[in-house]
Parts: sequence; structure tokens; C-alpha cells
Amino acid sequence: MNKNMKILIVDDFSTMRRIIKNLLRDLGFTNTQEADDGTTALPLLQSGNFDFLITDWNMPGMQGIDLLKAVRADDKLKGIPVLMVTAESKRDQIVEAAQAGVNGYVVKPFTAGTLEEKINKIFERVAA
Amino acid sequence: MAESPDQAKEQLLLARSLVSHLESGNEDEAVSVIAELAGFRDSMLFQEIGRLTRELHDSINGFVMDARLADIAQTDMPDAAERLRYVIATTEQAANTTLGAVEDSLPLADSLRSDARHLAEQWARFNSRQLSVDDFRELSAELSHFLSVTESNSEALHGKLSEVLLAQGYQDITGQVIRKVIALVDDVEGKLVELVRLSGHRSRTAGDGPAEGRDVSPQGPVVPGVDKGDVVNCQDDVDDLLSSLGF
Repeated sequence: MNKNMKILIVDDFSTMRRIIKNLLRDLGFTNTQEADDGTTALPLLQSGNFDFLITDWNMPGMQGIDLLKAVRADDKLKGIPVLMVTAESKRDQIVEAAQAGVNGYVVKPFTAGTLEEKINKIFERVAA
Repeated sequence: MAESPDQAKEQLLLARSLVSHLESGNEDEAVSVIAELAGFRDSMLFQEIGRLTRELHDSINGFVMDARLADIAQTDMPDAAERLRYVIATTEQAANTTLGAVEDSLPLADSLRSDARHLAEQWARFNSRQLSVDDFRELSAELSHFLSVTESNSEALHGKLSEVLLAQGYQDITGQVIRKVIALVDDVEGKLVELVRLSGHRSRTAGDGPAEGRDVSPQGPVVPGVDKGDVVNCQDDVDDLLSSLGF
């Protein structure tokens, strides 16, 4: 796995973005950027050559699920692995995210171990 | 105030008779006609008050029957209290986790500081050639011990700081829950404003009906005892569900 890959962290709570950024740094990923909802994330993704997207679901403006759908519908972006990190835990929602093409789904509150495991799994599959 | 054509005609007749009574100097007659005309005014006022009372009555009935209001009283308010209790429990847990990690960390940092201070003194003595060979052997053993303690303490400190880091997730979780309660408070405020408006004889606006169909709109964090329905309980459930979908 390329530890220098460019990662976009999308969450409306700045505290959660900091937590994820710090956990990623602990795992050796230092090339991260942040956005506070889908509306600000999408232009960043379109202009920024990102390798990985980590997004919350419930955000004002553009929701994470809509960001995921927009990414999958964009020819340039559709290959980006997407990990959803969210407090949304209804079965219907997880199914919806899976159908929209999410690569991993972590429910909050989560542990550093869970985040690492899901990221590893996503990139094992991408490499395979 | 609307008047019927009959009433208008009658009033006109009375007005004419008033003028003729006044012209011919029949004061008593004139006064009785004026009283009659005033009586018209009174009865129209009563009619109007009656109409407004009926309107107010209907509006209040409609307001009380508003299903959203019943929902607020029966479900949302108790839910809001439960959600706020969950916020207290979650913030308390995060505070305890953080305090625990700090309490565990301080002695680790203290022991590193005091060991380093002691070694610095010995090292200064060594540099000024005040140490015997035996003293130096002891210093060397202490240094080696210090290096290994530094490594393990730093690792433990890193772990404790990571605990503190993760514990801050409470801000996101409770923030989402509090937002929901704020939305309810706004809703109640709207209803109260409506009530105030009603008492000012203004017309009532119809409320929005609830949305129908499969709902995948964001729900926020699951609050135990409040949120029911088909939710997963832990990360393992999420993983099971996803693997059943071929993930």
C-alpha cells in the first residue's frame, strides 16, 4: 500500500476530521486533506487526484451517500475507493451504501483497529 | 361588516324619517329613530363577534387535532429527554476515558523526567571525571535500563494519547443528537407561534405531512431506548450484513 497516497476526509464535525487525520497519521498516511460536506468535497476530488475518500453520511448540504453516488457517476472519479465512517446504522442505509458502491463501512464510535483493518482490506482488494 | 340589502333599505328609510323628524322639530321622534339605528349597529357587532368566535373555535379544534402536535407531546418530548440523557452519559464516558488516560500518563512522564534528571547529574560527574570505574559501570547499567524504560513508556504514552484522541469522537456523536433535539425545540416553537397567531384571529397554515416510503435519510446516532427499528448494534453486524451482500 502506498503510504503517500492522497486521502480526502469529509465530515461536518471538525473534531471527527482531526481524529481520523491523526489516526491515519499513526498508520503512516500523512497526505490528507479535509472537507466539511459533499458540496465542498466534490470540487476538491475533481481537481485533486485523490487516491482514497473517507466520508461521513449525515452532513448539511450534500450528504455522504450523495457524494458517493456523484463519485461513482463521474468517469474520472468512479474508481476511487470510498470508506464510509458514520453513525448511521440502519440496515437499509448500509444496503443503500453497498448498492451505491461503497468499499467499506465503519460505524461510529469506532476503534483505531477497526479503521486500520477496513483500510487494509479495501487496498488488498484494490491490489488484487 | 356585510349588510343585507334589506337591512340597508331599512336603514335608509330610518335615516330619511330621522331627517324629516329633525326638519319638523319632532325631537322625541328623532331620538327614538337614532336609538333604532344604533340598535342595527349593535346587532351587527354581535353577529361579527359570533362569527369570530366560531372561527376561533374551529381553528383551536383544528390545532388540537393536528397530528404533529400529538406526536410531539406523546413521543418527541420523552424522546428528547432520553436523547439528552444519552448525551450526558456519552460525554461522561468520554470525560472518564480522557481523565483515566491522563492519570495513567502522568506517572509515566514523571518517571522519565526524574530518571533523566538523575542520569544527567551522573553524566555531568562522568564528564568532569569524578566517577570511579565502579560508578561508571553502575551508570552504564542505569543508562541501558533508562533507554529501555523510555521506549516502553513512550509506547504506553502513545497508546494513552490515542485513547484520548478517540474519546473525542463524543463531540460528533452528541452534536448530532443535540441537533435533533434543537430541531424539535424549533418545531415546538413554531407550534407555539401558531397558537399565539390563532389568538390574534389570524388564519392557520396547514402543517406538512410526514414523508412516506423506505427511509434512508440520515437518522444520526442510535440512542438506546429511543431509536427502534432495524439498526445494527456493532461493527460486526455491519461486516456480517456487507458480507451477506457479497462484500
